[in-house]
Amino acid sequence: MKEILDILEKNAKLAVAEVAAMAGVTEKEAAAAIAEYEQNKVILGYKAMVNWDRTDRDFVTALIEVKLVPQRDKGFDSIAERIYKYPQVKACWLMSGSYDLSVMIDGKHLKEVAMFVSEKLAVIEGVQSTSTHFVLKKYKDGNIIFEGSESDDREAIVL
Amino acid sequence: MKSPEKYIKSSIRNMPQSGIRKYFDLINEMEDVISLGIGEPDFVTPWQIREAGIYALEKGHTHYSANAGIKELRNEISAYLKRKYDVTYSAEDEIIVTVGASEGIDLALKAILEPGDEVVLPEPSFVAYRGCITVSGGTPVSLTLKEENLFKIDPADLEAAITEKTKAVIIPFPNNPTGSVMTGSELEEIVKVLKDKDVIIISDEIYSELTYGFKFRSLGTFPEIRDRLILVNGFSKSHAMTGWRLGFVCGNSEIISHMFKIHQYALMCAPTPAQYAGIEALKNCDYEVDNMVNEYNKRRKFILKGIRDMGLKCFEPMGAFYIFPNITSTGLTSDEFCEGLLKSERVLMVPGPAFGEGGEGYVRATYASSLENIKEALVRTKRFVRSLQEK
Repeated sequence: MKEILDILEKNAKLAVAEVAAMAGVTEKEAAAAIAEYEQNKVILGYKAMVNWDRTDRDFVTALIEVKLVPQRDKGFDSIAERIYKYPQVKACWLMSGSYDLSVMIDGKHLKEVAMFVSEKLAVIEGVQSTSTHFVLKKYKDGNIIFEGSESDDREAIVL
Repeated sequence: MKSPEKYIKSSIRNMPQSGIRKYFDLINEMEDVISLGIGEPDFVTPWQIREAGIYALEKGHTHYSANAGIKELRNEISAYLKRKYDVTYSAEDEIIVTVGASEGIDLALKAILEPGDEVVLPEPSFVAYRGCITVSGGTPVSLTLKEENLFKIDPADLEAAITEKTKAVIIPFPNNPTGSVMTGSELEEIVKVLKDKDVIIISDEIYSELTYGFKFRSLGTFPEIRDRLILVNGFSKSHAMTGWRLGFVCGNSEIISHMFKIHQYALMCAPTPAQYAGIEALKNCDYEVDNMVNEYNKRRKFILKGIRDMGLKCFEPMGAFYIFPNITSTGLTSDEFCEGLLKSERVLMVPGPAFGEGGEGYVRATYASSLENIKEALVRTKRFVRSLQEK
């Protein structure tokens, strides 16, 4: 049944009957498996992969390297929680290496992101320093290449 | 003066034109055709292989290579065959890197056939066998693969087909166009027949990586026929490298040394940048191959269900990337079915008879196409089949 996860991870828009056909199980079995994955939080949600650059919506994305002072008994988890609960934070990862948290933020413009970092993030107790990097262009995200996909130019019949 | 065509030797002049030519003419005048008639992967060559090819060009590897192929590539082929199929061929004198697996087939037939020699050819199968046998002066003797045998070779049929005139037998599995694969134990039965026959065995294993749910067994694993076996394989299907033209042929050194002469004079060597790309393909791309196989497998199950759901009888293909539905229930011939489907619904499949005897009553569709294409093609084909049932 893990095959179902693989199929949905690539295309969550497929109908259950289509997922079932590809996995070689009945529609009922596929529906039950998906329901169970949802129940167990293996599948957390479904969403579209949007290339906002192709719309007129203005916004910026920033990756912020955050250094933390770990807390007794709790390590980084409780500070991380205080950070990721902000809805502006799209992603938050604990990292190995020269900093601790990698935080991804979307904002309407540069100033909004800067304000969030200086007024919300940097002042949290335990945050030692921040370093903000703005995303200039997305070439590939979620395994999808944003521009310049290769076209199918095969001959119509090949025996 | 005679017409220029008269200079062409009669065996070539008399070769029939391919029966699918009219489909090329038809689709040229049509838009929005979904082609399930393409016998090659829809995947582009994995990037790391392309990158290795680009690097080879940057480094100036634009010269002829050794005739038999770059030594490192032959070493990799030898290691690959051992690792994947437990087959042993020496990189020194038992492997030639060829311009696609097609060249391997052609070399084998050119090297062994004398005028009048017969070649037992299981059909339906890849069209080039028949052509290459004829060009080499041999006579193809069709061994019809039947749906009731899951399009596999029946040992008794094989026994009956081999005569004193038989010089070679072609074993084409996993099969284009049926998708049939012979399992290890089924091959054992075939080998029991072949081991006492005075014939060369040409095993075309170009689809060896593409089997679903079980591991492919190579005929190279049978010591009792090894000296008379010519094993053909390549990179086109496994690594999505059709346009690079890269394959290889393996066999006993006494046989390979003579095939080598033809290769040397006709082709010199396989394209050198492609050979460098091939090294990367065999060294570091098992993961990429597995990904492609998994993707084909999902589409295979999807298209099989779609075709059966429209009421067509269809054997489950276990290898390659083709499905071969039985369309006799529609009351149409294969050609009528394909032409009608193309004209009314703009879906292209290939009529079974294009693959030789035993193909009538079937059509070949490939699932080496995007899922979106397959879905839409199934919707359209279903509508076409319905319209036939209503008549």
